Amino acid sequence: MTAIFEKLAFYWTYPFVRYALIVGVLIALCSSLLGVTLVLKRFSFIGDGLSHVAFGAMAVAAVLGLTDDMPLTLGVTVVCAVLLLRTGQNTKIKGDAAIAMISVGALAIGYLLMNLFSTSSNLSGDVCSTLFGSTSILTLSKSEVWLCAGLSVVVVAVFLLYYNKIFAVTFDEDFAKAVGTKADLYNLLLAVIVAVVIVLAMNLVGSLLISALVIFPALSAMRLFQNFRSVTVCSAILSVSCAVLGILVSILAGTPVGSTIVAVDILAFLVCSALGRARGGETG
Amino acid sequence: MAQLTCQKLCVGYDGKPVLKDLDFEIFAGDYLCIVGENGSGKSTLMKTILGLQMPISGRILTGDGLRKNEIGYLPQQTVVQKDFPASVREIVLSGCQGRCGSRPFYNKEEKQLAAETMDKMQITQLAKRCYRTLSGGQQQRVLLARALCATRKMLLLDEPVSGLDPKVTAEMYALIQKLNYEDGITVVMISHDLNAALQYASHILHIGDRVFFGTKAAYLNEFPQAWQKGGGAQ
Repeated sequence: MTAIFEKLAFYWTYPFVRYALIVGVLIALCSSLLGVTLVLKRFSFIGDGLSHVAFGAMAVAAVLGLTDDMPLTLGVTVVCAVLLLRTGQNTKIKGDAAIAMISVGALAIGYLLMNLFSTSSNLSGDVCSTLFGSTSILTLSKSEVWLCAGLSVVVVAVFLLYYNKIFAVTFDEDFAKAVGTKADLYNLLLAVIVAVVIVLAMNLVGSLLISALVIFPALSAMRLFQNFRSVTVCSAILSVSCAVLGILVSILAGTPVGSTIVAVDILAFLVCSALGRARGGETG
Repeated sequence: MAQLTCQKLCVGYDGKPVLKDLDFEIFAGDYLCIVGENGSGKSTLMKTILGLQMPISGRILTGDGLRKNEIGYLPQQTVVQKDFPASVREIVLSGCQGRCGSRPFYNKEEKQLAAETMDKMQITQLAKRCYRTLSGGQQQRVLLARALCATRKMLLLDEPVSGLDPKVTAEMYALIQKLNYEDGITVVMISHDLNAALQYASHILHIGDRVFFGTKAAYLNEFPQAWQKGGGAQ
């Protein structure tokens, strides 16, 4: 046991480990807050879809030779998020199909562009690290950490300020609109935040595993709690602890960060399911 | 002056009208039942009145101190709500959303109002329970309480008794009648149940091939077979 702590203390002296932990915690917090709403709105797969869009945008940025791909990626992802989340009721292509279409399309176009125009010698390595985020969280620069911290503060602040409105719009959009809540505005706000969180989270777990960060904590919390506030709080706590645990384990065992965090999330979900079932059995 | 006036109202989806040239007025304290076949446009009409979709043509005017966002709405259940983790109190309180405006949190009066409405609907003991674990009748009471947090003037009810058993249905009708009689709340209700419509309503709006609007007595004059039809269905 002391050996483990010594090893951790040793790693803690490296700034990249501290950065990874800070960014990991922030992203886990943001994605879990949004996760509850997204899962309940039947948009579980939006994380997956948008992350593929972000992947496509990154490929375009690489082809265009942009040194900083963040603005383009963020812009494109925000636009897609807005388009996807507003396809609520009266559209020709329904929500899940629209997400699947955009997701697969962006992935294919992104890979195609990278293949046609890439200057890198290790193409499949590049694609793999973008998709699975194998190392990027360990190579964060100080400015990226600050950017991430700033955006996370904004996301959490918006969520807290609009908590009641988000609840009302998620539970019953028609009713909220009828009593004069600007539901469309809050849907737009939600879409923008979701896009921001996903572009941030790509650094942590890569684009394939973002869905896990969004849905697992929310689903786990829903197994245990029966009201919106507890579910939200529990999901945030679960998500942050799973992220910390996952990062620590991956450092100690030398496993890929993203997949380790998701593995811990899956474990937490199984535990919560079992607990929820045990409790459900008692209270009927 | 009427609380709600529809003039030459034409409603529908994607520019295709479902209902044309509706003219009617609803006064404070009225109990209006909207009856008609499936697909005749009852729900579309209600959504247009609530401002959830634009009328194709014509006008909807509010008056007599009623503002557009002061209409309480009891919608039909949505799929999302069936497994939504929300406590009764959270849902009832969300009815005060319209009063909040851009203020982020509920204030003391709004919490008080939510508590009073829950009391009135006799669901105070359920306040901490999860909505999805309640029975159909209890769920409707919760949504009714939420609607009452949004209004003291007009309630729009979209098939409030669908899926309820006869005993709970009767309780629900009695509750709505009480709100209409004692609190003077105007009730506009979409209903499949012609019998109940004729029993409780003061006015009937019949939509379909033939459109009719008038008092219950005038309706029975116009459609004398309605009574037997309603009675026969029971």
